[in-house]
Amino acid sequence: MIETPSGRLLRGLLPPVLVMLGVAILTVIAVQLGGDDLSLTITETLIRLTVVVGLSIFVGNSGIVSFGHIGFMCIGAYVAAWATCNPMWKQLMLTGLPTMLQENQYPFLVAVAGGGILAAFVGLILGAAILRLSGIAASIATFAFLAIVNNVYSNWDTVTAATSSIIGIPVEVDPYMALAFALCAIAIAFWFKDTRMGLMLRASRDDGVAARASGVSILKVRLVAFVLSAFVVGVGGTLWAQFLGVLTVDMFYLPMTFMTLAMLIVGGMGSVTGAVVGTIAVTVFVQLFRAMEGGVTVGATTFALPQGTQEIALGIAMALILIFLPAGLTRSRELRLRRQRAATGDTGLGAPASLGS
Amino acid sequence: MINLIQTLIDALALGSLYALAALGIGLLFGILRLINFSYGDLITLGAYALIVPSADAVANMFIGNWPAALMIVAVCLIVVIAALLSDALVFSHIRRAEPSTLMIASFAVSYVIQNGILMVYGARPKSANLWSDLSYQITFGELHIPLLQIVTIAATLVLMAGLTLLLKRTSLGIQMRAAAEDFKMARYLGVRGNMVIGLAFALSGVLAAVAALLLLTQTGSLSQTMGTPLMLFAFIATVVGGMGSLLGAAAGGFAVAFASVFLQAYLPEEFRPFRDSFVFAIVILMLLFRPSGLIPTKALVERV
Repeated sequence: MIETPSGRLLRGLLPPVLVMLGVAILTVIAVQLGGDDLSLTITETLIRLTVVVGLSIFVGNSGIVSFGHIGFMCIGAYVAAWATCNPMWKQLMLTGLPTMLQENQYPFLVAVAGGGILAAFVGLILGAAILRLSGIAASIATFAFLAIVNNVYSNWDTVTAATSSIIGIPVEVDPYMALAFALCAIAIAFWFKDTRMGLMLRASRDDGVAARASGVSILKVRLVAFVLSAFVVGVGGTLWAQFLGVLTVDMFYLPMTFMTLAMLIVGGMGSVTGAVVGTIAVTVFVQLFRAMEGGVTVGATTFALPQGTQEIALGIAMALILIFLPAGLTRSRELRLRRQRAATGDTGLGAPASLGS
Repeated sequence: MINLIQTLIDALALGSLYALAALGIGLLFGILRLINFSYGDLITLGAYALIVPSADAVANMFIGNWPAALMIVAVCLIVVIAALLSDALVFSHIRRAEPSTLMIASFAVSYVIQNGILMVYGARPKSANLWSDLSYQITFGELHIPLLQIVTIAATLVLMAGLTLLLKRTSLGIQMRAAAEDFKMARYLGVRGNMVIGLAFALSGVLAAVAALLLLTQTGSLSQTMGTPLMLFAFIATVVGGMGSLLGAAAGGFAVAFASVFLQAYLPEEFRPFRDSFVFAIVILMLLFRPSGLIPTKALVERV
């Protein structure tokens, strides 16, 4: 097949456009058909999608599993709370905040940007320190970071209200708002993958020695991805805060980490498509089980699974995926038309390097 | 002076508990490169095994009422079976996976056990008195030492001595050490991999069970996340001590306990709530500046 420049551009744009279109259409259909309950679930899913896609910017391209990104989500969420809560409440409860934050109330977008920027800044400092570690050591360090964030935010009572909840955050995020951010996250992830930095990072993931020999500064490319990924996840955190209206520190710890990693791994952590598919698949799975826990009526009898089945089933499903489909449902490939796969010869090489032996 | 000695004894007792748990994690990491997050849930399981399975708010002792020796054996047995099951059902199928994949798999196992416990026993924490006599304090002059601290230290010493004997004197133990040093080479030389791995899971189960009993006696309450903090500190201890080295895991347990007890005692008042952050930061610093840990193993250079 002969390639024309415009053909190449089109082929490059096709997967992101298809994925984004898919997410948008699913959202619109679900919002139109479902009631209020469903629209809450959809908003929640789209925010999670933003977070998972943000996580995949780092994990997918670098091959390093991060257990710490929920820490960035926590940082972002609290910025949103600091920025948007009622000043009277802040002056009463959060006396350690800078006066500027205490006395003012900032609009939605300022809060979102602030959360992303603080998360990115923390990511920059953390990343500069730990990203020269390799593989599991880096993962452990990110884990320690999560534990530190949790410890600091659970005890810093004049700034984070410690373990008591922060209440009265204006609720701004509806499904379409969440959709807009999720689409932006997807676009950023696809864009980064094919930038020079993204390519160098994936080269260093697949063969670190060869990449270094070709002049790739592994620390630098990892750091760029880490900061970008922290930014997107931090933004996800601000959305989370302005969706729920209430925050506690414990939202952002092991269960959330497990859930986002599950989504990433179920879909396939080597591709953006994987992050999207995983988030949707896990959500549908969880919702199905939740519905069955509520009871399914067949004829005259109602069958209900015991409470807690959903979590156990998710754990089992995740273990099964790790055993039988280590590269995830999408095999860590991007969405593309069948004819094109043969043409590009892209076999999703990233997957075995990041997940297999 | 009295203060210092009191703090030292506190640190020793806490260190014993951490060392026990760290040995359980270190054993598995040495052989399988598995950082077992479900270890904390094995500890929780060991504690819940004592009571009658029900969602009632009150904990009724079941195994917990048996004579001490029988009870310890029964709890160990239950936790060992759970540990072996987790290997048979999950970990044995992904032996060749990367350490981070294994870690995620153990997250999944942890999630299942934790929610299983939640399903059977209900979500409310329950108070449960085990060996409440042990809270009795022995007084030497101005020094007050709870009996439990002495028991914890003694139990750890006994288990560590037993483990050392097993590892140094028995054929299986020597095979295990060989496997921890270099699993592939050990298998070439005739070490039965699955046997050794099974033994490691079983031993880690015994350690978890004992840690569970000590932890429950100390806190007097059951909750489905009770094992998680202990697991976190034990995990940190293995990193600080040197991953894969058993001596390192034990030393790391004591090091982490000393760090946290002394930080608690000597940090300025306003920083004390953040004590754990300092401990976790030590881990990051360790990884950066002494990645092989306090007591490195030979094979570690390629590992971390």
